[in-house]
Amino acid sequence: MVTITIDGKQIKTEEGQNVLQVALDNGINIPHLCYHENLSFYGGCRLCLVEVTKANRTRLTASCTYPALEGITVETNTENVKKARRLVMEMILPMAPDSPKLQALASELGITEPRFHYEDPDGCINCGLCVRACEELVSANAITLANRGDTRSIEPPFQEEPLACIGCAACLYVCPTDCIKMEEKGNERRIVRWERKLEMKTCANCKRHFMPLAQIEFAMHKVREPLDAGWFDNCPDCR
Amino acid sequence: MRRLNSAAELEDLRKEVLAKRDPQRPCVTVCAGTGCQAYASQNVYNAFKEEIASRGLTGKVDLRGTGCHGFCEQGPLVVILPSEICYRRVQPEDASEIISDTVLENKVIDRLLYVDPVSNEKIVKESDIPFYKHQERIVFGQNRFIDPHNIEDYLALGGYRALAKALTEMTPEQVLEEVKKANLRGRGGGGFPAGEKWEVTRNAPEKKKYVIVNADEGDPGAYMDRSLLEGNPHCVLEGLMIGAYAIGSDEGFVYVRQEYPLAVQNLTAAIKQARELGLIGKNIFGTSFSFDVTIQRGAGAFVSGESSALMSAIEGRVGEPRPKHIPTAIKGIWDKPSNLNNVETFANVPFIIDRGADWFRSIGNENSKGTKIFSLVGKVNNTGLVEVPMGITLRKIIFDIGGGIRGGKKFKAVQTGGPSGGCIPEEYLDTEVDFDRLTELGSMMGSGGMIVMDEDNCMVDVAKYFMNFLKDESCGKCTTCREGTKRIYEILDGMTKGEGKEGDIELLEDLSWVTVNASLCALGGTAPNPVTGTLRYFRDEYEKHIKDKNCPAKVCKGLITYTIDQEKCTGCGRCQKNCPEDVVEGELKSPMTINTERCIRCGVCLDVCRFDAVLVE
Repeated sequence: MVTITIDGKQIKTEEGQNVLQVALDNGINIPHLCYHENLSFYGGCRLCLVEVTKANRTRLTASCTYPALEGITVETNTENVKKARRLVMEMILPMAPDSPKLQALASELGITEPRFHYEDPDGCINCGLCVRACEELVSANAITLANRGDTRSIEPPFQEEPLACIGCAACLYVCPTDCIKMEEKGNERRIVRWERKLEMKTCANCKRHFMPLAQIEFAMHKVREPLDAGWFDNCPDCR
Repeated sequence: MRRLNSAAELEDLRKEVLAKRDPQRPCVTVCAGTGCQAYASQNVYNAFKEEIASRGLTGKVDLRGTGCHGFCEQGPLVVILPSEICYRRVQPEDASEIISDTVLENKVIDRLLYVDPVSNEKIVKESDIPFYKHQERIVFGQNRFIDPHNIEDYLALGGYRALAKALTEMTPEQVLEEVKKANLRGRGGGGFPAGEKWEVTRNAPEKKKYVIVNADEGDPGAYMDRSLLEGNPHCVLEGLMIGAYAIGSDEGFVYVRQEYPLAVQNLTAAIKQARELGLIGKNIFGTSFSFDVTIQRGAGAFVSGESSALMSAIEGRVGEPRPKHIPTAIKGIWDKPSNLNNVETFANVPFIIDRGADWFRSIGNENSKGTKIFSLVGKVNNTGLVEVPMGITLRKIIFDIGGGIRGGKKFKAVQTGGPSGGCIPEEYLDTEVDFDRLTELGSMMGSGGMIVMDEDNCMVDVAKYFMNFLKDESCGKCTTCREGTKRIYEILDGMTKGEGKEGDIELLEDLSWVTVNASLCALGGTAPNPVTGTLRYFRDEYEKHIKDKNCPAKVCKGLITYTIDQEKCTGCGRCQKNCPEDVVEGELKSPMTINTERCIRCGVCLDVCRFDAVLVE
């Protein structure tokens, strides 16, 4: 255990735990977009900036990647932090101007009209949460961060329909800007952003289309104990 | 080849090599560096080879394809040893004459000599050429005597003596102390003391440790690491192994850019030869020190030169930086302590061990010791690679070695430190070049790029050029670096097109501040330097672009117009004939006019006019 100070509050925590999580656990709010407690940290959006003082040296750093080390002091609301966060948000908002979550965060930071614009924003802010969810939680590895610099984007391999995608919708769930959409029509599910089309299993009892076949196959393959062949014949409600 | 089992056996081999060589025997050296190879120096080499064979001179005249000499713009370079007669722009047809006149009769061929653009004098000896005369070539100096494919050339110059000394006469601690005492600072740009870095890795608790050569040189226009690795690969390997011994590592990597095929080829050959002699492998010189090295070819990203990104790439992952709250010296490749130094840093190490830290400290100034290789390019008369003692003034490099500004133009600024460096104006020309002073001036040493600019360079345009490079080369992970560099570029681009507006400079300053302070790695942390550096010294130029819609250097296309002086124009029609857009209007033999509406401002008319009749405003 180590003791760190966040906004004057002394907190005991496990060494190496990331500062953002420690703050959140102790009721100190730090805005963040690319961090999720169940995924590895990434440090991409730079919104969770704080000022950390270690050995008399103070600097701005992302709290999601900074480890709790004995004796460090963290300030989450200094003038520098606020100024930096505002500028970061001003850069992020134009990428997803219609996102309610981003609009709320921006207005909290006092941004009314960002000074930058995108011609045709697709809503993705390159936070990479979908990629990490797909890789770390689902282990389907259907999408990836592609290219670099200002052409950076999240894509299925070769920009083709990602056949590794099982249609589980974990990416939709973690996306902070809701730029990944899903449509269902009859027994077909479409993950719109990845242009993935999947056939759904129909419940033998209620006739509801409840799960993509690809996901069933994936689950059958993943579980350690073999499931009854008929396990997925019915939807969870009718099982 | 035989295996060397002790330091004494190395010296025996060296004696044998030297006994075979007569220093008085003529030797034709043809530069085989990338610069000269681009001028087809391989054909020149082949022509000499044929000439020597057909005249029955084999054994009487030696021929050697060497590493880069540095004066690349004059290539292909041929130097006849021992007289040191230097010929430039040599063609295969010249080989016969050079052999018969210069090699056999010691006659100098006038037309192949270098002509000093300042004094207009012809210069015979390589070391008398001002470009070379004012340099202090130590690390780079061996290149011109070495065929990188022949380890004997390196041994003849005392190669691997320092390694033998370190392994058999010194403890790792003593080696470390010597490097620390020499105050060798990282040549890759940071200027961090190499000895201290080594010590951190040495003291890290994990037993397995790695040493890495960073040869991912990616600054536009800079190629000193390339030329060292191509021309003298054994020197880099020797330095790496001495470092490994001091650190307690038995495995190393050389991370080379994919774009450096010759470096990979020469290094591969060097490793093979060193391995055959037992200089790489188990129990080197019969000691308990074993070492092996792998070449890792880069995958083509500028950011991979950053330590954590480079290490990710070696691990087989995408070369993207990761947080370094625990330094890579402690947790690097596969979380093992990993020491990374630049090519030039390692190349200095054998000299320090061989000649001693006191010798090394005698070169340079107070806080920066030794020499530094710069890639001197831009609007100077002599361009190429130059090695100079630390503490030399910018003026000496640009005017004595570089021969001053081309075409008698006026010096404006020198850009140092690569894309993330800064521009230094005329008033600081007498500044001593070292790590700390350059940083004080808002620029940096970087890996050693030095781009000289004259009055025809627009500083807003220069900043835009580098920001364009950096926005493409940012890995794209951090918002601040990805979006920040993009937005900075857009603002600069707008300024050069006449779209600059009130508040742009302040916005640039804000964006620069946040990009520097809130990005993850050093690429973002230094990316806005081209803007902050030029704003520091050339703010008025930015203001003129915004307020007056005027580019003082007459570079920015959106802010200039081409017109024809009706008095001077003779109506010769040259501009009309060459204009790609057919916007020069008028009849032959009477003054022409330019349709400025349709003019694309390419400047062809200005270039072709013989009467100075084209005006730019």
